[in-house]
Amino acid sequence: MSAAVPAVSVTGLRKSYGSHRVLDGIDLTIPQGTIFSLLGPNGAGKTTTVQILSTLIKADAGEIRVAGHDLAAEPDRVRAAIGVTGQFSAVDGLLTGEENLRLMADLLHLGRSRGRARARELLERFDLTDAARKPAAAYSGGMRRRLDLAMTMVGTPEIIFLDEPTTGLDPRSRRTMWQIARDLVEQDGLTIFLTTQYLEEADELADRIALLSQGRLVAEGTPEELKRLVPGGHIVVRFADADGYRRVVEHVGATSRNDAALTVQIPGSGNVRTLKRLLEWLDAQAVDVAELTVHTPDLDDVFLALTKEPSR
Amino acid sequence: MRAVIDSATMLRRRLTHIWRYPSLVLTFAGVPVVFLLLFVYVFGGTMGAGIGGDRAAYVGYLTPGIMVTTIAGAAQGTAISVATDMAEGIVARFKTMAIARVSVLTGHVLGAMVQTFIAIAMATLVAVLVGFRPSASGLGWLGVVGVLAMFTFAITWLSVALALVSKSVTTASNLPMPLLVLPFLGSGFVPTESMPAGLRWFAEHQPFTPVIETLRALLDGRPAGSGLVSAAVWSAVIALAGYLWARRLYNR
Repeated sequence: MSAAVPAVSVTGLRKSYGSHRVLDGIDLTIPQGTIFSLLGPNGAGKTTTVQILSTLIKADAGEIRVAGHDLAAEPDRVRAAIGVTGQFSAVDGLLTGEENLRLMADLLHLGRSRGRARARELLERFDLTDAARKPAAAYSGGMRRRLDLAMTMVGTPEIIFLDEPTTGLDPRSRRTMWQIARDLVEQDGLTIFLTTQYLEEADELADRIALLSQGRLVAEGTPEELKRLVPGGHIVVRFADADGYRRVVEHVGATSRNDAALTVQIPGSGNVRTLKRLLEWLDAQAVDVAELTVHTPDLDDVFLALTKEPSR
Repeated sequence: MRAVIDSATMLRRRLTHIWRYPSLVLTFAGVPVVFLLLFVYVFGGTMGAGIGGDRAAYVGYLTPGIMVTTIAGAAQGTAISVATDMAEGIVARFKTMAIARVSVLTGHVLGAMVQTFIAIAMATLVAVLVGFRPSASGLGWLGVVGVLAMFTFAITWLSVALALVSKSVTTASNLPMPLLVLPFLGSGFVPTESMPAGLRWFAEHQPFTPVIETLRALLDGRPAGSGLVSAAVWSAVIALAGYLWARRLYNR
């Protein structure tokens, strides 16, 4: 695949189940060597998108090219270029970690010695060497996801689909998965298509994010671009005493106040100039400030502002 | 070629499962053994008299019926294995790989055949222990194994299709149940001549009967007779229908 060809390009993707329209005209372009994240509430069509792009189910309409191959015309060329690590671990629980990797190597016709070497190398890389001879059913959640990803890597894919890779993992395992995902892009030059319901995860990993809501993309851009789409930046000031609070509360320009907690919320982006002006004014009023915090909009704000609950 | 290599890989996977967790094989091998013991020791005296002999003669009559009962019982185990596997993420992974698609199913079929043959061997061994004395020649035994293999192949494809059409593992374990009744509604346990007219007609025209009759003849050291042809035709039809149905369900 030459560098100019996008890893994934999709135009006018549609999919319905009966009268229920799951995907209603999706357009996407993902450059090679980047992490793209598809975000959306449950039922928005994330998994359906992954299932279509990974050849598991057929689209009703749309032009789709994955790794430069037409998905409808050459599904096997696409399959040879992709790896899928699903929401539910795609490992064989009755086989050991090593056997799972050898199974992949056999199905890819790597040959005995190369298969064995590749399995050993991946066990090492994904920190599974100690558990190599235990059945995968006995693995912890984090180990299963690592094995799952290692199995995906046996075939040296160009594009990896990670469908909710950290759902149900503890914070430490989640961070390990993030680091692994970053390494796959930085060291191996892979392209990652990530779906997640964790905004923090998309913010942490993705170069570009698309927001999916009710089968349509409602926003697309870098995390920073998306955050700029919604207002919501504000400064919260907590006063040290009720006396000072009462004196200034009407004049500080607050959009909301809490008389019991002695806090006010002042809209603003929290840049240095705004803060300096506010602090100087408070100083001039001779009030004691107990705490001042700046809130920038996060992806949660974007998510809640732009996506709707699926209608039932 | 790719289909053969990939099927062999999938068979190795299934054999590892069977080797590591033999309980399913043992369960489904156990049912026909219980039938065998019940029919020999509880009903055997009466049944033997019914066919003009004694308990020992009935063991000889019964064993071919027990062999096909084992095939029908193992079909249930196959359906459970396939349905369980389909519910796992690993099959979704196989579907996104550039491998011979059908190999997931052929691996199951070949694995199930190994499993069924282990169960048949166990049932036959118990039959020998309770007095089964076959008089088949070497060639006759070869014929027995051949007939068992082709019928097992057919019933296994059918049970794979039944597993794929099921929405749950529970349904999958129930759907092949009627198969277990068919040796009774055939010549598995009593001669069809003793049945009322309607039932007798059914018993003589359903697929299990020619298979049982062919096995019985071969084990007795007699020539296979015309039953062999209908057994082969039934096996081919069931195998083809099961295969096409299973393939369509898997690819949907």
